[in-house]
Amino acid sequence: MSTIEQVPVTVTVNGKTHKRFVDPRMLLIHFIRDELNLTGAHIGCDTSHCGACTVEMNGMSIKSCTVFAVQADGASITTIEGMAAPDGTLHALQEGFRMMHGLQCGYCTPGMIMRAHVLLKENPDPTEEEIRSGIAGNLCRCTGYQNIVKAIQYAAAKLNGRTIQEAAE
Amino acid sequence: MSETGIGARVTRKEDFRFVTGRGTYTDDINRPNQLWMWLLRSPHAHARLKKIDTTAAAKMPGVHAIFTHDDLARDNVGGLPCGWLIHSKDGSPMVEPPHPVLAAGVVRHVGDPIAAVIAETRAQAREAAEAIEVDYEVLPAVVDTREAIKDGAPQIWPEAKNNTCFDWHLGDKDAVDKAFAKAAHVTKLDLVNNRLVPNAMEPRAAIGEYDVATGEHTLWTTSQNPHVIRLLMGAFVLHIPEHKLRVVAPDVGGGFGSKIYHYAEEALVTWAAAKVKRPVKWTADRSESFMSDAQGRDHHTHAELALDKDGKFLGLRVSTLANLGAYLSTFSTSIPTYLYGTLLAGTYTTPAIYVETRAVFTNTVPVDAYRGAGRPEASYLLERIVDLAADELGIDPAELRRRNFIPKDAYPYQTPVALQYDSGDYFTTLDMALKAADYANFEARRKEAASRGKYRGIGMATYIEACGIAPSAVAGALGARAGLYEMAEVRVHPTGSVTLFTGCHSHGQGHETTFAQLVADRLGIPIDQVEVVHGDTGKIPFGMGTYGSRSLPVGGSAIVKALDKVVAKGKKIAAHLLEAAEADIEFKDGKFQVAGTDRAKTFGEIALTAYVPHKYPIEELEPGLDETAFYDPKNFTYPAGAHVVEVEIDPDTGVVELKGVWAADDFGRIINPMIVEGQVHGGLAQGIGQALLEHCVYDDSGQLLTGSFNDYAMPRADDLPSFHLGTNATLCTHNPLGVKGCGEAGAIGSPGAVMNAIVDALSPLGVKHIDMPASPRRIWETIQAHRPRMAAE
Repeated sequence: MSTIEQVPVTVTVNGKTHKRFVDPRMLLIHFIRDELNLTGAHIGCDTSHCGACTVEMNGMSIKSCTVFAVQADGASITTIEGMAAPDGTLHALQEGFRMMHGLQCGYCTPGMIMRAHVLLKENPDPTEEEIRSGIAGNLCRCTGYQNIVKAIQYAAAKLNGRTIQEAAE
Repeated sequence: MSETGIGARVTRKEDFRFVTGRGTYTDDINRPNQLWMWLLRSPHAHARLKKIDTTAAAKMPGVHAIFTHDDLARDNVGGLPCGWLIHSKDGSPMVEPPHPVLAAGVVRHVGDPIAAVIAETRAQAREAAEAIEVDYEVLPAVVDTREAIKDGAPQIWPEAKNNTCFDWHLGDKDAVDKAFAKAAHVTKLDLVNNRLVPNAMEPRAAIGEYDVATGEHTLWTTSQNPHVIRLLMGAFVLHIPEHKLRVVAPDVGGGFGSKIYHYAEEALVTWAAAKVKRPVKWTADRSESFMSDAQGRDHHTHAELALDKDGKFLGLRVSTLANLGAYLSTFSTSIPTYLYGTLLAGTYTTPAIYVETRAVFTNTVPVDAYRGAGRPEASYLLERIVDLAADELGIDPAELRRRNFIPKDAYPYQTPVALQYDSGDYFTTLDMALKAADYANFEARRKEAASRGKYRGIGMATYIEACGIAPSAVAGALGARAGLYEMAEVRVHPTGSVTLFTGCHSHGQGHETTFAQLVADRLGIPIDQVEVVHGDTGKIPFGMGTYGSRSLPVGGSAIVKALDKVVAKGKKIAAHLLEAAEADIEFKDGKFQVAGTDRAKTFGEIALTAYVPHKYPIEELEPGLDETAFYDPKNFTYPAGAHVVEVEIDPDTGVVELKGVWAADDFGRIINPMIVEGQVHGGLAQGIGQALLEHCVYDDSGQLLTGSFNDYAMPRADDLPSFHLGTNATLCTHNPLGVKGCGEAGAIGSPGAVMNAIVDALSPLGVKHIDMPASPRRIWETIQAHRPRMAAE
């Protein structure tokens, strides 16, 4: 409510530092979407079950619907908007999702890519089982996950300098 | 085949914006000066609203207005209409109670909206909604159809005796009775088709805006069919003429049926925006989705199958109780009737079929189409009872199916339940799936698993669906209150690029790519010269939207018709330019050519001439190259196929592990195999979700126990294996592309295959049937109940 005193937060998002005064109860996902107008991260459940709001914070993938903006004070955050190179070249994961048909409606995709980004840092060459386990916190209702797994394998292969297998095998 | 034409595995044009986080979903849109709406929803399943006191709430910070039913009534706001009239056996029309936008004196399910608060911020609107004081007189509730039809059950609508909306039937009862009288064997089965929550990942959202200067209303909404919403909301609810109402469905994050319907929130934001003269936005949180998005399935069925001594099906008798929830959602009444009973021949020659469906009101969220919509219910019951019959008769389930398949040379095949199948080959798809699954050597795997203390089973299901609904005249005769054609406009620009306007909204199906392939293939132009526009009544002339796997069979056919017109006009222009007879002009590979000569004009040259008509048959032909076509289907299309599933069950935990999932499908001609595979993957995941995980549960008081992702088990990546797919095409005979549709198949065939595999796995224990979902607890309890007792016990 308007009687609550706003608090200052400083957050670096996709390399750019933002200073804002926010309600203490403002969630990080609302800060990103409404204050910074970065609408790539979505809200799917408000309860951290679906992962549509996943962003990378200080190197960890976090569900930004269950983090307060004030908790991100001083943090460095990467969102889907920060994944492509400055010249517009897609990140290997973005390319993989496109090449392997790893998305349909696209709603879960930004969160899924951000989760996969951290997964590949933790485990640069995961097996299918490790990928499935690694993205189990992110729901997708469209794809049945099969092509998401392939998309992440595509990215892992590319990042590891291996040849990329054909999509539909 | 070109690299981007029909049959090519083209990566999707729409993906760039989605993988870079630049999609535009409704909640991504904010209008200048907008206010927020929050709805006060009923915490009770059934209650009389004795008093609604908004005094304190209206004084809360930021609040602009609070509306209840009385405010809507003063403006003559109508109720939400139902789009399909069903008649009962006795000829009487269904009971069609009102469906007020905000509750009119009584709430009938948890989540029923009571008041709309309009405030500066969403949080302020929500806080004020919580400050509204409602005096509820709680009434007894009923959620189970079997209880709701009993005398003395709580009455949800006074006009619906025993809570019955209609008591419908289809088929020849006498013929079925005769078939059963001469049967050598009768198999009987009671089964439940579990209630599901669609749970598209994007929660519904809506923004209303009113332009005081022009009197125009705009609604942005998460819809699969914006023109249908404009028609229903404009004509029946808010009485806004269509030329003053624009409905935009931007990027939509999945639908699966749940975003077909016209919802109260759409009408509320549109109406309230005009009232408060500022844009009004509403976005559901997931809890609201659970208690306000139309839900799926929820059938209780008794079925009987009559067979002769050789296992030939003689007759099928089906009696179903279908839950409609508390109100009639837009297409709810057509689902357990014409999209269910008509599919009960399945892939079989059963000569006599009789089905009766009693549709029942309960104190639950309305039920309507969810991926498959009636057809999964029909397929599941058929494939379970066929497996049970095979077990009772000691016939291999694949062999029993083959004995009863419609022969390959029997098309067109008239079923006893109204439909006429145009093409199919059920033998080949079943054989493909069984071979891929190594069905022949399964028993060795069962034995090996048993040596490890596990139960292993294999199950199959065939399916057929009726897609591409439907000839308008036929649907109209059966009670549809709308036409079911589709529209396309092909706008060729002066430099030869094309904008295609389609009435079929894309919310994951990849229309922007598949439809562009059709255009590029036919006009011989690069695919990046084609833009597909959908989802905006201000841009697209008309459209019936996306549901029932109709986009390609119906929408694609309209595109082909419009392309035909473009080519036909192009030939006239070319004939004039080339000084040849129109009949001598051939159009191929993007060129209009005089047959047998090298004289030709490119598509681009013809387009330019159409718009710069200096040398042009202006007396006979209008300038421009912009053609519109409507396509009304001649029949349904009939995708079909077979699924095989192998499972292993741990008796200590009851956990079912999927060892393999194989699908062999006939979708007719395939335009983009990559997209089709993706559709099948997603359908399989939802069908397997229904079989193993998902179940929407209300307690006896009507409280929704599965109201979040914590309680409602959605399939996750580690719940599923990778699937093995194959296709075998028999072409649709009555649409120009020979296409059948692929959106729902995965969800239709897989529940039966999973459950047949589970029952097969537990058959050594004497298990004959298990209801979905086959949760670990249900499996474990079933095993405990069937296990041989030790002597000491």
